[in-house]
Amino acid sequence: MNSHAHNPTGYNPSELLICTAARLMPDHTTALIGTGIPMLAASLAQKMHAPNLVTIFEFGGIGAILEELPIAVGGESTFHRAIAAAGLCEVVETAQRGFIEFGFIGGAQIDPYGNLNSTVIGDYYHPKVRLPGSGGGNDAGSHCWRTIAIMRHDKRRFIEKLDFITTPGYLTGPGAREAAGLPRDTGPYRVVSNLAVMGYHPENKRMVLMATQPGVTVEQVIENTGFDLLVAETVEDNPPPTTEELRILREEVDKDRLYI
Amino acid sequence: MQVIQSGIGELIQPPDLHTFRKWNRQKPKSLVDKRMTEAEAVSRFIHDGDYIGTELYGTVRCPMSLVNEVVRQGKKDLRLVGQGVFESDMLLAAGLVKAMDITYIGLEVYGVSNCLRREVESGRVETCVEWSNAALAWRFKATAMGVPFVPIRSMLGTDTFKYSAAKIVKDPFGGEPICLVPALILDVGMIHVHRADKYGNAQIDGVTGFAAEMARASKTLIISAEQIVDCEDFRSHPDRTIIPYFLVDAVVEAPFGSHPGEMCYLYRRDEALIREWVKASESPDTSRAYLDKYISGVRNHQEYLDLIGWDRLNNLRQGVSNE
Repeated sequence: MNSHAHNPTGYNPSELLICTAARLMPDHTTALIGTGIPMLAASLAQKMHAPNLVTIFEFGGIGAILEELPIAVGGESTFHRAIAAAGLCEVVETAQRGFIEFGFIGGAQIDPYGNLNSTVIGDYYHPKVRLPGSGGGNDAGSHCWRTIAIMRHDKRRFIEKLDFITTPGYLTGPGAREAAGLPRDTGPYRVVSNLAVMGYHPENKRMVLMATQPGVTVEQVIENTGFDLLVAETVEDNPPPTTEELRILREEVDKDRLYI
Repeated sequence: MQVIQSGIGELIQPPDLHTFRKWNRQKPKSLVDKRMTEAEAVSRFIHDGDYIGTELYGTVRCPMSLVNEVVRQGKKDLRLVGQGVFESDMLLAAGLVKAMDITYIGLEVYGVSNCLRREVESGRVETCVEWSNAALAWRFKATAMGVPFVPIRSMLGTDTFKYSAAKIVKDPFGGEPICLVPALILDVGMIHVHRADKYGNAQIDGVTGFAAEMARASKTLIISAEQIVDCEDFRSHPDRTIIPYFLVDAVVEAPFGSHPGEMCYLYRRDEALIREWVKASESPDTSRAYLDKYISGVRNHQEYLDLIGWDRLNNLRQGVSNE
């Protein structure tokens, strides 16, 4: 819904997030896809480098070919030419059995360990803002092997301590997921924001700046992060969306411009 | 079994499996005609203070004609399993909800629910208890299995667990922490399906969400269907029955019963009306005006459809694939 005409760089922030997330989806793997940007990213990935990406939607769609853009996670296009139209228990049990590699999640707030809040801002019993709640976020964050969070980047969203941990990241740090009983070797993998791409330190499990988005400096990312962000030895420049990515995104993925 | 941690949320509807089994035993097993109108089903089976649930996802296969009737009849102090978008929003907007087991109430691409915010932030919804989406579906599954709880690996380590009514125990076999979620038995469940016969046998096309589990976790089950078909359609394709008749108490014929939500292979969602609601829901006055116009202002679902207009409705059928 954002205007392209007034953007001198030739693409808008949503398009940047979608293209960045799409590149993180490899071919021949499984990904649990939520509404919004993950759907567009999955569709773009299928049309670019990952035609065999197995999309899985929480309400039951498994292995859809994303020709029409789903508006809802139970919508018809989430099982268009799919392998199966199943149900919610089957999908999350498939994740719980270890079959789903990537999970896409989001929230109003994220902390340095990749924990996410989508439940309340403020005190739980007297909330300043009541947000929608976990939905499938907690399930994806518990069972998928690797989760990718998609976030808008500012100091109010990237904070040291969440008001509420809706979806588990690395919780309090190394070993905390396993101690809590969550499946071993699972956890946050990447955070994609409008300013950067981040990963997690292999030992201390805190968020690490890996790449900056086009035109963004390391200092800008740090300034807009409300916690002590680790910085990789070499910070890459995330390449801007290519002409081909933008063409497919605009002409095929979201031709009615519902999202972009 | 050693309990490691207990969620501090209230168990809004403690499961009583003994009563549930006795209840199920006395439910009629003969094939009787259960067709009735929304008005009759809601007035007969839903009472103030009941614990109710709807099965849908987002705007997909919403039992809207039934929920609109609940609003029309002003059933109050409802306890609700909050897993929806449009139907939960209507009940919240009408101020009928007192307590919720909540996983997600939001407007998907249109963002946070204004009605949820107003009702919870003001304290008019007195109790919220948190769950993940699968945790609620698995709570229905526990009831469907006829057991008091099921072990799950969601919710561990989070505030979603802390503010739930689940428990973390030491797995008596393997020794690791595991989350137990209690069976959830609905007083009344409402499910919208593609087709049913007059006895209540039901088929759903496309993804099935948690319809199978919720149907089996409802003491009273109201089915609304796009189409009423002959029982022979079930006898000739018994593999397609997701809900057998003996679970069902009322069958309501409701074409466009999910409107403004969608019904796969039949009609798309009505984006214009959904946007109208999103806008209207921004203030209590405009929310009330929307409910007055589209729910209280009409006597039943038929009048609602006439108000929406058949050209508009038929247009929603255009371009929907039937493959």
